[in-house]
Amino acid sequence: MKSVKVYGPGCKRCETTEAMVKDAAARLGIDVVVEKVTDPKSIAMAGVMSTPGISVDGKLVHAGGLPDAVRLEGWLSA
Amino acid sequence: MTIEAQDAAPRHNPSDWLWYAGISAAAVVWWLVYSQLIPFSESVTSLLPVARDSHTGEAIAFFVYDVPKVLLLLTGIVFVTGVLRSWFSPEKTRAILAGKREILGYPLAAALGVLTPFCSCSSVPLFIGFVSAGIPLGVTFSFLIAGPMVGPVGLGLLYGLVGWQIATIYLVFGFTISTVAGLVLGRLGLERYLQDWVRELNAGPVGDMPEERLTLVGRLKIGVEQVREIVGKVWIWVLVGIGIGAAIHGYVPETVMLRIMGGEAWWSVPAAVVVGVPMYTNAAGVIPIVEALLGKGAALGTTLAFMMSVIALSLPEMIILKQVLTLRLIAIFIAVVSLGILATGFLFNALL
Repeated sequence: MKSVKVYGPGCKRCETTEAMVKDAAARLGIDVVVEKVTDPKSIAMAGVMSTPGISVDGKLVHAGGLPDAVRLEGWLSA
Repeated sequence: MTIEAQDAAPRHNPSDWLWYAGISAAAVVWWLVYSQLIPFSESVTSLLPVARDSHTGEAIAFFVYDVPKVLLLLTGIVFVTGVLRSWFSPEKTRAILAGKREILGYPLAAALGVLTPFCSCSSVPLFIGFVSAGIPLGVTFSFLIAGPMVGPVGLGLLYGLVGWQIATIYLVFGFTISTVAGLVLGRLGLERYLQDWVRELNAGPVGDMPEERLTLVGRLKIGVEQVREIVGKVWIWVLVGIGIGAAIHGYVPETVMLRIMGGEAWWSVPAAVVVGVPMYTNAAGVIPIVEALLGKGAALGTTLAFMMSVIALSLPEMIILKQVLTLRLIAIFIAVVSLGILATGFLFNALL
């Protein structure tokens, strides 16, 4: 079970990112819990400056813009 | 030679060449369409049952010419900017600014504000990221003012619709206001007016993210993605702005324009700022209005003041910043930037 966090104040791209994470996990057959972090303080505390950002098991892997689908699978299966 | 070829070979898969070909073809089509705009708009206007030189005819011709022109320019600018900005990121900008002496920080922050990809929806995490890395508050403000104010979309449209002289003046003064307003705000010692929780975050966390390496095709994809997102979002503002511009162009008599926005009417500069600040649109929506105003003889200073206050200060962004700044600090911020805009407006009305 992997824990994935999507950081973003709730803009459209953040929602798209969340959907992409879920899709990628389903494709890979990995169990994930996706949590959306929308509170600006928590976003900043995670070290994310440009949203949407993604962390996998507490490790920040991406910030700023939609993730690349191939890379996303890489982060999830790592 | 052979070694280079072997090295280069695996980096280009066939779909890369499709991307290069597709982008090149799009650029050629773009250019062909752009060069045919005047005949196109004239023939469309002549199909309608109105006299070309009537008020309505003028307004329609303006609208029919400007809509494809602005949309084409917008698409081109957003694509090129999206590709160029893929070399910059808020994280890199922060690293550059954090190591600089304060006095160098202001102009550098203003310049990076133009180059760093950044959407107002993430201005809060960005603000905190900067301040917690020890970047002075004033320098952070320079960055936040320059971002929207001297954005490439505004500059590019100004260049395409009004001309390079005014685009250059706008660039120089927008940059100066961002630098000086940041400097003034920095000197005022405003740290105590941050929201409490922001002040308590000193030397906050820095995301230790591995840098994502992008291929050229990856950067082109970012450009296309930006076009889809930004043009998809702002086209409605573009139509509204051009509609207003067309109405001004067709129906407002020059004598009225001179009385309201002419160089003789000194009060028109503050009035333009007061009207402009609460107005919420983006550069793409306001520049067709600017085009029409200047065409009808509005003074350059007054028009610049209007445009700058619409683009640089927006109510929704202030509401977002309320999470990190107290109302008092927001008011000071608006006041300092407005003063800079007023000074620019008066200066140009006095000079020209």
